[in-house]
Amino acid sequence: MFDMLQTWLSSFLYDWLAILITLLIQAVAVILPVLLAVAWLTFFERKVIGYMQIRMGPNRVGPQGWLQPIADALKLMNKEIIFPSQSNLYLFVIAPVLALAPAIAGWAVIPFDANGVVVADINAGLLYVLAVSSVVVYGVIISGWASNSKYAFLGAMRASAQKISYEIAMGFALVTVLMVAGSMNLTAIVEGQQGGILNWYWIPLLPMFFVYFLSGVAETNRAPFDVAEGESEIVAGFHVEYSGMAFAIFFLAEYAMMILISFMTAIMFLGGWLSPFEGVPLLADLFAWVPGFIWLFMKVAIFLFIFLWFRATFPRYRYDQIMRLGWKVFIPVTIVWVFVVGALAYFKMGPWFN
Amino acid sequence: MTFEQFIFYILATMAALSGLMVISVKNPVKAALWLVLTFVSTAGIWLIAQAEFLGLVLILVYVGAVMVLFLFVVMMLDINVATIKEGFTRYYPLGVLTALAIFALIYLVVGPNRFGLEQVVPPVMDGNVSNTLSIAVPLYTTHVYAFILAAVLLLVGIVAAITLTLRRRSPETVLYQNIDKQVKVRAADRFRMVKMDAVKKEADINEEEKD
Repeated sequence: MFDMLQTWLSSFLYDWLAILITLLIQAVAVILPVLLAVAWLTFFERKVIGYMQIRMGPNRVGPQGWLQPIADALKLMNKEIIFPSQSNLYLFVIAPVLALAPAIAGWAVIPFDANGVVVADINAGLLYVLAVSSVVVYGVIISGWASNSKYAFLGAMRASAQKISYEIAMGFALVTVLMVAGSMNLTAIVEGQQGGILNWYWIPLLPMFFVYFLSGVAETNRAPFDVAEGESEIVAGFHVEYSGMAFAIFFLAEYAMMILISFMTAIMFLGGWLSPFEGVPLLADLFAWVPGFIWLFMKVAIFLFIFLWFRATFPRYRYDQIMRLGWKVFIPVTIVWVFVVGALAYFKMGPWFN
Repeated sequence: MTFEQFIFYILATMAALSGLMVISVKNPVKAALWLVLTFVSTAGIWLIAQAEFLGLVLILVYVGAVMVLFLFVVMMLDINVATIKEGFTRYYPLGVLTALAIFALIYLVVGPNRFGLEQVVPPVMDGNVSNTLSIAVPLYTTHVYAFILAAVLLLVGIVAAITLTLRRRSPETVLYQNIDKQVKVRAADRFRMVKMDAVKKEADINEEEKD
């Protein structure tokens, strides 16, 4: 569709201008739904946690509270943004941008359906997502330092140490995916899982599936790994000096990263847009009409629900125990599994290594 | 000038200027942040040169991990710039001479007379060749010994760093967390059920009254 648009545009415009306009439209077509999903994910979170704690959750704005995100956005936009007088103004302003920009940039390589429904179908897609998600930490560090506040600074220190620790485990988990799939292209990874639920990579990579998702929870600073915010210890962590929309942007970034991690887990371990009934005699025909992206979105929704479920269930980790889990549990497990996958590939085991 | 050249010149200018800022800003934290910008623009240049693996790994490793740790340290330290800059004017001419000498050496070795476009013809790249593959294959076949040697060197470095910072403390003075012990704990280890009569015995009451 976008190729047609580009050829039509270049028939009466400069070539580079046609490419630029097409890219902009593609970017908006991906970013706008992501931001809307973020808005209603906050609503979903409050509802889910509310029901888990046997209360109603927000139910006053609009029917059943469905307009709550809009009310929240309006409130945040009307609030005054306060700049601490002793802060570093440039860095203070740039920090939320640095948090949000990578969280959105990662969406460029996410395939939503078969036949290349993706903004940029690049060779090193897996590496790109890893690189981009590693840059998110700068928003946290810079905001903590530029705020000139001890609480913010402590939050930033905790967040950066935590993110680096879990990034290693995450990187190794991605290495095993790459070993099974033989490609870093996300579309190729999904296509390698064709042939039903048993061909998805979650079976040969079961420990990595858990390691990746839990590292993702730690990377996004979500409960139970949310020591960077730790209300009971350091007030609100790195964004304690931010107010209004600047504060909201940190939340947009956090939730956009949550959705991105859920998409990556679904794509790498649960067969992306592939139907779970593939190869099953009767059900495969029965559900053949369901478009691929519906399956993908359903898988993503399950992971997002697990994110919220964690938050309502587990108490916050103690800081040294977070470090122990990252360095002494996850990293050894991932290194062992790299060798296991190597052996599986050498002996051409199962349906995954043919 | 093609579009790619235009992007290249923007990124190259950014890299050079931010590199200049690294050594000229007073605040060490800001210097580190400028260094991050240098890395990002260099990664962009590598992407233009179709070395997407190197470009992304530069961002992943240097921007995402090394510089974060670097910032971590620089932010924690209270660096006094005044004492570092002591004697700057006195040694200024010597510094300029050294810098010029180093620049001359670099120019002689990697200058345009050896690395110009006339000497090194850029390889014609097939668009479908994965940069990752074309790095991995020689790395693990032709240069595998050098690769393993580098890995061993890094391992020695890690061991050395840990040995230097390791402080042995006696287990009596420091309480270490024993996870196995904590997991194995049963309810019986932590509390004891005590059976008591709901009403005190008559003999006890009489004794209390005596006191």
